[in-house]
Amino acid sequence: MAGESKREAIVQVMDFTAAYNGQVVLERLNFEIYAGEVFTILGGSGCGKSTLLKHMIGLYKPAAGRITIDGEDIAAAEGAARMHILRKFGVMYQSGALFGSMTLLENVSLPLEEFTDLPPEAIRLIAHMKLQRVGLGGVADRMPSELSGGMQKRGAIARAMALDPRLLFLDELSAGLDPVTSAELDQLVLSLARSLKITFVVVTHELPSIFTIADRVIMLDKNKKGIIAMGNPQDLRDHSDDPAVRRFFSRQASSENGG
Amino acid sequence: MTASASPINLRIQESGDRVLTLAIEGRLDSANTGKIWRKATKMVAGAANVMLDASKIDYCDGSGIALLVQLRNQRHKAGGVFEIRGLRPEFQQLLEDWDPGDLTRFTDQTSRRAGFAEEVGKGVVEVWQDARTLVIFVGELSGALVHAAFHPRSVRWRDAMRVAEVAGVNALPIVALVSFLMGLIMAFQAAIPLRQFGAEIFVANLIALSMLRELGPLMTAIILAGRSGSAFAAELGTMKVREEIDALKTMGLDPVRFLVVTRVVAAVFMTPLLTVFANLLGLMGGSVVMLSLGFPLITYFHQIQYAVTYGSLLGGLLKAFVFGILVAAIGCLRGLQTETGATAVGESTTSAVVSGIILIAITDGIFSVVYYYLGV
Repeated sequence: MAGESKREAIVQVMDFTAAYNGQVVLERLNFEIYAGEVFTILGGSGCGKSTLLKHMIGLYKPAAGRITIDGEDIAAAEGAARMHILRKFGVMYQSGALFGSMTLLENVSLPLEEFTDLPPEAIRLIAHMKLQRVGLGGVADRMPSELSGGMQKRGAIARAMALDPRLLFLDELSAGLDPVTSAELDQLVLSLARSLKITFVVVTHELPSIFTIADRVIMLDKNKKGIIAMGNPQDLRDHSDDPAVRRFFSRQASSENGG
Repeated sequence: MTASASPINLRIQESGDRVLTLAIEGRLDSANTGKIWRKATKMVAGAANVMLDASKIDYCDGSGIALLVQLRNQRHKAGGVFEIRGLRPEFQQLLEDWDPGDLTRFTDQTSRRAGFAEEVGKGVVEVWQDARTLVIFVGELSGALVHAAFHPRSVRWRDAMRVAEVAGVNALPIVALVSFLMGLIMAFQAAIPLRQFGAEIFVANLIALSMLRELGPLMTAIILAGRSGSAFAAELGTMKVREEIDALKTMGLDPVRFLVVTRVVAAVFMTPLLTVFANLLGLMGGSVVMLSLGFPLITYFHQIQYAVTYGSLLGGLLKAFVFGILVAAIGCLRGLQTETGATAVGESTTSAVVSGIILIAITDGIFSVVYYYLGV
């Protein structure tokens, strides 16, 4: 958590190719995500953002190339080695994916019960602290179905943080949320990144969110099946050579100003 | 899973009269904290004032912070002093960020259990509300069915045919198997006592009357409840969870007319047909036993003709018709009543089968009484 060098690569994507039913979706991607940064994957619908994320978290195996987390290849690992890698990160799914049959507190407690030998009162306290941290201290005993979309996403972040991973993957952080709730989630991500030194990998296409939270972004393109831009979002908006990239940033930025 | 490269150590540095000095060394993370939690809380509980030397904590995450918070709260509650020394600034920052001040109110919380009277009251209200919903639904469904009868083109016949195939045609093998075996077993069981009186031939009467009047419609309806009533509930329940029902409503389409009528119509036509097959297969099952007892088929056939009337057959089919409506309607109702969440669809499915079988049993009883007085 402390003392990491700024340029330590926590995730490495090397010559990575993704394919569905023999059809290539992403081709020969190369990039690194550094410890402590908020890294955003963006692009239009169908460009492979979520596909890339699902490969990074080990749900799918790459058609070619490698993705490593802390130097370990998640697709190649099995059994205990795979569990060891899985413990290093947490994931917030697009819908939150909180277990509907459990209260919010039980959702957050589950990883602690399964993977630590903490006594029950400790698990309860830790789960409450995590929920408090994401602003859900008062609704710990509610069922997920009784929560709003934004609250469910916060709850999912708390569950992803249960085992204090160094790395959090957030799929569509602000999708389907109102601008105020979305901005609150952005602030939550920033404060977690700052206070807990968590590395965030966020999939989104919401420009206000990107400009608020992202240290670096990569932009994927459906036609090129790869990265068309990488860097700081403000730099890309103002100085990118690619007109498609400038258009993406400026069009949405102008609609943001208009709204 | 909880193994760690650098272990954790908790030790007593100094145990004076007034102050206990503890030291934690190593990684205080989610994998390690559990190993010292109980020991640490126990030690702190027994001391008046506690000084914690945290200078040798290499790493501390949320779980570690939780332990420090727990120890501090524990001591403060008892009115003693708790001091942490040498905690690295970044961990100190974490301790402040987690804002533990408000947490104490959560730790002692226990959920209140409802009393017996409250449970009974809630149960009664639930039954009353369920009955009320049932009546409203029957009204809506009757209206929709009458509308469909006068405007047959408004019924989505393609959907109805699909449901008829799934609920009717595809159910034929299981209905056939169960009925055949039931006929066979009943005949076999009846033949043994009847033989003592030389009355084996009356096995035919028993099989024919019980299958046509009671067991044919009853077994078919129960199989329908298990197979299709549950499927209707699951299908509509999933649609409810995915907001498809809401989408229908906002499009101005009535879910009862659009989804329920097709299913009820399909079930209503399929149940009597399946019952005819069930009756036939039941009689065939009986015939196997009769043949083995040495009676030719023609004798068995004549005996059946002599025993049953058209009244028995049609009375049974009328029952099947009503059972079909009940099973399909309750399946659809439970589907439409589905609440949100992953378990909700499962609950609706179970409820559809249970309610379906209860309704079948009650209605069968009513039919028996009515038929008795009508002399059917």
